[in-house]
Amino acid sequence: MRVKSPLEVYRFLPQINCAECGETTCMAFAARLIDRSKKLEDCPPLLKDEFKSKYLELARLLAPEIREIVIGTGEHAKKVGGDDVLYRHQLTFFNPPLLAYDVEDTLDDKALVERVKKIHDFKKFYVGRFLKLNGVAVRAISGDRTKFAAAVKKVAETTPLPIILCSLDPAILRAGVEAVKDRKPLIYAANETNWKEVAALALEFNLPVVLFSENLDTLKSLAVSFAEMGIKEIVLDPGTYPAGKKLRESFQRFLNLRRAGIKEGQKDVALPLMAVPMTAWFVENDPVNASYWETVLASVFIVRYADIMILHSLEPYALLPELHLRDTIYTDPRTPVKVNPGVFEVGAPTKDSPVIVTTNFALTYYTVESDLSSNKVNCYLAAVDTDGIGVEAAVAGGQLTAAKIKDTFSKAGFDFKEKTSHSTLIIPGLAARLQGDAEDATGLKVKVGPPDSGRIPGWLEKNWPPK
Amino acid sequence: MAAKKIKLSELGEMFKGLDVEALEGVKIEGDIEIDLGGAGLSPQVAQALGHETTQIAAHLINIARILGYPADKVLGIGGAPGIPAQAGRPVLRELIPAKFQANRFEDWKSQIQEVTIGATSADGGTRKSTVTLGGERALPFYPDAPMPHRPHITMDVFDMPIGMAKAVKSHYEDIINSPAEWAKKVVRDFGADMVTIHLISTDPNIKNTSARDAAKTVEDVLQAVDVPIVIGGSGNPEKDPEVLEAAAKAAAGERCLLASASLNLDYARIAKAANEFNHVVLSWTQLEINAQKELNRKLMKQCNVKRENIVMDPTTAALGYGLDYAYTNMERIRLAGLTGDQELSFPMSSGTTNAWGAREAWMTSSPIKEDSDWGAREYRGPIWEIVTGLTLALAGNDLFMMMHPGAVAVLREITQTLFGSIESEAIDISGWTARGIKP
Repeated sequence: MRVKSPLEVYRFLPQINCAECGETTCMAFAARLIDRSKKLEDCPPLLKDEFKSKYLELARLLAPEIREIVIGTGEHAKKVGGDDVLYRHQLTFFNPPLLAYDVEDTLDDKALVERVKKIHDFKKFYVGRFLKLNGVAVRAISGDRTKFAAAVKKVAETTPLPIILCSLDPAILRAGVEAVKDRKPLIYAANETNWKEVAALALEFNLPVVLFSENLDTLKSLAVSFAEMGIKEIVLDPGTYPAGKKLRESFQRFLNLRRAGIKEGQKDVALPLMAVPMTAWFVENDPVNASYWETVLASVFIVRYADIMILHSLEPYALLPELHLRDTIYTDPRTPVKVNPGVFEVGAPTKDSPVIVTTNFALTYYTVESDLSSNKVNCYLAAVDTDGIGVEAAVAGGQLTAAKIKDTFSKAGFDFKEKTSHSTLIIPGLAARLQGDAEDATGLKVKVGPPDSGRIPGWLEKNWPPK
Repeated sequence: MAAKKIKLSELGEMFKGLDVEALEGVKIEGDIEIDLGGAGLSPQVAQALGHETTQIAAHLINIARILGYPADKVLGIGGAPGIPAQAGRPVLRELIPAKFQANRFEDWKSQIQEVTIGATSADGGTRKSTVTLGGERALPFYPDAPMPHRPHITMDVFDMPIGMAKAVKSHYEDIINSPAEWAKKVVRDFGADMVTIHLISTDPNIKNTSARDAAKTVEDVLQAVDVPIVIGGSGNPEKDPEVLEAAAKAAAGERCLLASASLNLDYARIAKAANEFNHVVLSWTQLEINAQKELNRKLMKQCNVKRENIVMDPTTAALGYGLDYAYTNMERIRLAGLTGDQELSFPMSSGTTNAWGAREAWMTSSPIKEDSDWGAREYRGPIWEIVTGLTLALAGNDLFMMMHPGAVAVLREITQTLFGSIESEAIDISGWTARGIKP
């Protein structure tokens, strides 16, 4: 974005402190616009006609460096691009890469539907939500436009996920577009040879389009030309080679394009980027090796700047790391990751099982939980709301207190007399100094556990049941 | 009506980007006289000028189209059949030429410290090879400046049998009782650049073996292999200084990496042992850039450890278990080093083996019933280790402490590929849209 301080934004706001946006003042709202946690549309007065010119000016000033485009429709529509920084700690990255998995148009209906459902249904629970795949790329292997259109149609009937139409033959692409034109598919791709026909298609149906060239002069030339024709939703594919020095060059093209876009403000190429880790399958014959290498390529380009990816392997050992790494890189570093506070069962606790306290910092919570469950410790684990801060810092900062511990159990409706035979609480070793206060506040017996949750199982052997 | 003289370059400038507003206030009437600025064109110049004038003509025709003037009809170059375009949105006749240029980063001014681990006989040790880390002037694999040293891998060896994921254990069952044989195996069979001997049996809570026993183990490992080694304590802050001191003495002159000095133990004692017996100190902090600065500063200022004897371990958290913190912490440390922070400009090491702590790496199946099937676990573990390591490689990590041979092979392959030491086979990637993959 072109503005850095809330003051610059404030000039354009209504300055009436109406609080309709949820902030108490226009200045506070301005700060939220700068850190991108609020949108202009959150300010109802600004949307009125009298403010139109200010709204438009602000929209221009606040637009992200990398253009944001939308693929698909409805609740599964995916925004891609929209980044403002080169490193996540400088703000955060926006719009996690769209991970699209391929479907070949030569598959018979049954196999096609099965594969699309697999893509649509795959999910992995993580920190209170499910990580999911989010697109289907239909590839025109058949070379037959009728066949391609039929496959595209079948995909669209099977899933509401965004669709990418993949062919370099404009006639085939047109057949695919006509089959799903109301779903806002992404067209792949225009290149040096077919660009006129593909541009015509994108213009006629008003669709986003990928431009491909591994030569960055040509790629920029395509981008400038498409922009000149009035096409705004453009994605750049600078080519993903699967191995060797060509892969190194591919990686460096991603770096150069993104740095030119963000650091140097080269608007012509400040566009979402596409990587195709699927090319791994053309150099590796063994399916396990190919899945591994594809995941490796995906990892490289998740970290460095791809906004859309096309992949092939649906093996869980490929999907799980891909989903987790995407989440890793795109998690907002400004806010600690939290779990919902409460009292949770680990394994199958009974009245004699221990009750253990930790914080709701997701990393702490899941580490403790994993240490307990992997050692088959049946117990209750309480996540105290510390605003997502770890034990040591929360004790020092006053987010983890005896009162908060008591509060956690009463809010969860956890009655020690009813649920336990021992009325005992185990607090983290790093919170040892809360022991006395916690006993006073809860009326329970409070024991101090080890400082590292990895040692809880050993500690329990010596200290449980309580004497 | 007088003809307005426009220079070719001005015309090009005026219509660059087809900015119609640029036409405001400019009257294009009558003939445009183009001043070519002198006679006697060479064929090359004529060719170039011809190209440029054609481009300008294309721009002008487009403007005419935008303005609704039937230029195509007048000029007799009607739209090609089969390329319909949206009303008022003409398809260009030619691509607008462009040149892409990305500039180098001016703000990466300082170099990361080079640190050599291991000493050959020429330098008072007995290693056959040494490993040099660091020396970067840019983020890893960036085009801005050559990366002087590739990332290296040191493989874990333990001084007693330990619990391991099944996928890992199967590779070590035959030598699990002999650190020396274990060390030989990882170098000979798995191509480890270095070996890390973890002296975990010294932990009072494990076997409480003596510092003297530990020193003996280190001697055995140094005898067994001729690559540089890392000497790791048990992680017990009370015991480690004594153990590392004895081990440092036993390995005098070998320039081992002593793991680790940290703020919660007597780091001065470890630093002193390193200085006295010519070793390198691993400065270990837990995901906190300021603590890392503080410890490095203390090692340099209080303990007189030289810059060329410091490697950092800012802590590795596994994928899905805090890798976001570990990644960003390392990236920030490396960027700080490159932009001139002398307290952070050291090579980094990652305990990549930590990836095996992730339940996805070792659990038979998901404990969460709504999850999709996790598939075979023997394939999950190695890729977890690879992706954890690779992510940190991209953040700037130089040395990887690893465990699974398959993970080691793949991490080596990708880091050396990005480093530029692996040739490509010829392959046409533009055909991927139409190329089938056997099921």
